[in-house]
Amino acid sequence: MTDATAAIGQLGALREGYKYGFVTDIDSDTAPPGLNEDTVRFISAKKGEPEWLLAWRLDAFRHWQKMEKPNWAKLRIAPIDYQAATYYSAPKKQSGPKSLDEVDPELLKTYEKLGIPLGERAALAGVAVDAVFDSVSVATTFKATLAELGIIFGSFGEAVREHPELVRKYLGSVVPQGDNFFAALNSAVFSDGSFAYIPPGVRCPMELSTYFRINAANTGQFERTLIVAEKGSYVSYLEGCTAPQRDENQLHAAVVELVALEDAEIKYSTVQNWYPGDAEGKGGIYNFVTKRGACRGARAKISWTQVETGSAITWKYPSCILEGDDSVGEFYSVAITNNWQQADTGTKMLHLGKNTRSTIISKGISAGKGQNTYRGLVRVQPKAENARNYTQCDSLLIGDKCGAHTVPYIEARNPTARIEHEATTSKISDDQMFYCQSRGLSKEDALSLIVNGFCKEVLKELPMEFAVEAQKLLAVSLEGSVG
Amino acid sequence: MLDIENLYACIPDGREILKGVTLSVKAGEVHALMGPNGSGKSTLAGILSGKPGYQVTAGTVNYEGRDLLAMPADERAREGVFLAFQYPVEIPGVNNTYFLRAALNARRKQQGKPDLDAGQFLKLVRSKLKLLEIGEDLLQRGVNVGFSGGEKKRNEVFQMAILEPRLAILDETDSGLDIDALQTVAKGINALRDRSRAVVMITHYQRLLNFVVPDRVHVLSGGRIVKSGDKSLALELEKSGYAAYGDAA
Repeated sequence: MTDATAAIGQLGALREGYKYGFVTDIDSDTAPPGLNEDTVRFISAKKGEPEWLLAWRLDAFRHWQKMEKPNWAKLRIAPIDYQAATYYSAPKKQSGPKSLDEVDPELLKTYEKLGIPLGERAALAGVAVDAVFDSVSVATTFKATLAELGIIFGSFGEAVREHPELVRKYLGSVVPQGDNFFAALNSAVFSDGSFAYIPPGVRCPMELSTYFRINAANTGQFERTLIVAEKGSYVSYLEGCTAPQRDENQLHAAVVELVALEDAEIKYSTVQNWYPGDAEGKGGIYNFVTKRGACRGARAKISWTQVETGSAITWKYPSCILEGDDSVGEFYSVAITNNWQQADTGTKMLHLGKNTRSTIISKGISAGKGQNTYRGLVRVQPKAENARNYTQCDSLLIGDKCGAHTVPYIEARNPTARIEHEATTSKISDDQMFYCQSRGLSKEDALSLIVNGFCKEVLKELPMEFAVEAQKLLAVSLEGSVG
Repeated sequence: MLDIENLYACIPDGREILKGVTLSVKAGEVHALMGPNGSGKSTLAGILSGKPGYQVTAGTVNYEGRDLLAMPADERAREGVFLAFQYPVEIPGVNNTYFLRAALNARRKQQGKPDLDAGQFLKLVRSKLKLLEIGEDLLQRGVNVGFSGGEKKRNEVFQMAILEPRLAILDETDSGLDIDALQTVAKGINALRDRSRAVVMITHYQRLLNFVVPDRVHVLSGGRIVKSGDKSLALELEKSGYAAYGDAA
């Protein structure tokens, strides 16, 4: 048995040490371990999918079989035995703690620190939802509002059943099945995810998923998201949650595809706080994500904002394909690695259209023995006249056992391109800490103040309600990192 | 208010810098602590404010009836001890106003007072800005980031004016200031003087003392106080220098 498989097996046991963890018995309908064409057929049949989607999945699986795990990232990853994992496990009913009294007090303390609204805490902790929090009725109300505007928003499975023509048209159009090893794996076995469609000229009146995040929390390890913004439409989408997320699976490989047509704008914000492993580097989620958006029309805009604090390994490059003339791509990122966490994250900005512009602001924070790499590609194609990019990568080190690395790739194939790259590395100094303390701030408050100052340019891009939680999350993630 | 009794202390490399400092400062008093380079002035300031790295080997420091040395630095600050830094530290991205409000509210919390909201705080800040002739744009900049030497020093005194400490320790706040800035800083210090507060000014030069007249002047040399007197002692030092006090060790 490889280390990783052992780790998958041990995850349950290790959860005792995970202060957010608890055991949930799920009476599930589980596929036998292993990955072959039958597994793919099993999943597709379980979900009652149409023939074309099964064929699409099988195509992905055949691609995947011929592919190799990418090894260019600066990550140490124990070998993963894909045949030992289970790829389908449908929860039949939820049976968790009956009330907040039964929830680990440590977990509740964390929620409090993060400022999670009281009503949501129980649901996040896995308390049977209908007992304390009627999120379903809230969800239904908002769904009705969205429906009036012609906005489609729901689970991926639902979209396949109710809007197959839309799914079929756009699925894989930004991230093809064979794009990369993990995207191919996801395409073959994806469990569920979200689908959003914003009709022409419609401005979505609420942050999508704000009110649904609890319901959406259980979408599984191979999540698939597809968002289509028609001409002149706007949508802001929030993914994830500042609350520590529990998961039984060590391997996560999600795919997110965004399509923005002429004059459309998609703002996609992520806060990722999966289990990072313990202080010795045991356990933790492996997070291999493919996120990509296409600005298909003129003046389209896609903006990614991410706050990555969790996972043992993060491999993630939310990217923009700027096809339309005057289209805009943005990437704002904060990535924290503490203890033994490793992150290799960044973006790709591909300039195809004229006057396309992109902005990259990346803030990496390393503490403990964490390793943090920014990896970014800016490519200006020959036809992209007057393309512009501005990149700023800042790294902050806490302690002397962590690492920060910046790996920019710049390819300009048009002489009119203007590309700027700035990078800095700094260290939180004892002097800064003492200065804050000498003004009455506690060690924790001082660290949080300095770190939030460092990340300010990114945090201000988050939707308001998320930003406050994210600030607190940064502090919680770095707890104990200064002596 | 402050009683230092026979204090001995080493710096991180193990060298003993303070060799039996005894000093008593009462509420309402302003003391000037003078002395040549390396006499232990900044070490004393560091120890009083709780800067890590120093090791006290003997002696006691009593602040308002409490063992000051047993209190962590942040607690000392909340209890009203303030150090104006000789070299103020830059904190990029942290807005000066935000920083100061967090500091003030930490102190108010300790005093059992409610937090000041943004509006109330701004009002307070504006009144003090005028006193120290600081432009409002400085408030929106990162803490000490891109400040000139003079601006940094003035910002320290500005912070002091906002936080209204009970015991203020000014570590060479006058050094590097031109005469106009010196007068402004002095104005800030004088504004803080009252019966309930005490100020310890560490300085090389007598010129600050023309504007902030001290009640007592002490000469620190070789790690102990070798002479104390009234303001005339400073004038005497200005004339004859520190040579007369030599290295008392």
